[in-house]
Amino acid sequence: MREGSALVTGASRGIGAATARALADAGWPVGVNYRSDADAAAKVVEEIEAAGGKAVALQGDVADPATPDALLKELKERFGTVLVLVNNAGVSVDALTPQIDDEAWDKVIDTNLSGAFRLIRRAIGPMMRARFGRVINMASVVGIRGNPGQANYAASKAGLIAVTRTVAAEVARRKVTVNAVAPGFVSTDLTADLGDDVLEAVPLRRAGTPEEVAACVRFLASEEAAYVTGTILTVDGGMSA
Amino acid sequence: MAETVTKEQIKEKVTEALVELGADKDAIKPEAEFEALELDSLDLVELAQIVEEEWGVEITAKDMETLKTVGQALDIIAERAS
Repeated sequence: MREGSALVTGASRGIGAATARALADAGWPVGVNYRSDADAAAKVVEEIEAAGGKAVALQGDVADPATPDALLKELKERFGTVLVLVNNAGVSVDALTPQIDDEAWDKVIDTNLSGAFRLIRRAIGPMMRARFGRVINMASVVGIRGNPGQANYAASKAGLIAVTRTVAAEVARRKVTVNAVAPGFVSTDLTADLGDDVLEAVPLRRAGTPEEVAACVRFLASEEAAYVTGTILTVDGGMSA
Repeated sequence: MAETVTKEQIKEKVTEALVELGADKDAIKPEAEFEALELDSLDLVELAQIVEEEWGVEITAKDMETLKTVGQALDIIAERAS
């Protein structure tokens, strides 16, 4: 096992929590970042520790430009250089385009895209120095196809996909891989409001689970995925097929 | 620490870094251009990372535009580390 740590943003619940557990299970000491739900983050840490892993809860809003340095520094001191970065923190403020005001636009872009970029920007140097690194960005099928009512969210995820491909090409020679996972319908708080009729668009006829997405992140973070970079792995029950 | 760093220490560390990045040690001289040392922009970004870790000195994208030779890099680092 390499000496270093994994940071998962937005890891107090849903896909982030499942990803933190999966990476801990793979042997990584994990930073469980959360914005507001300290109790939920503490529970994720407890679960990881109960299973024999290492984890620490780290508060920080990724939309705040000061957060990346604070998170990376804290985790480096606790568990070693961050060699696996999972940009999972995401918010949505859905409305049809005429009703998306600047606040709703900025909030989604700041968290989902700018927050992820700022973390990548600061994390990638030490990964290059280590000649090993894994960046996995949580995109969405919406960032590939678009979705009515989500112009801001779709733009943030499409932007994240573009960042993924670009940075992947930049740092590949340093054995740092950068990939994205693009979930479709997954049972989380973000999708709780969606009705069952949306599942008719899914060949598998069910929502995915956070654990099914986390398993893909775990693979992309592994040594075995060394030749996979710049890719967007859809995890959508066949919806894009 | 930053206040005690000498030009000689900077030269030594930068030379070591450039060799690690693939430059021929004998060709590393103040007047040598990075391009002639077969170092590209990614190498220079990594050099900036090393310099930041070592002395807390930041080398920006704007600096990179004008940075052509080893000597120029040494001067910038010495100026900002002192």
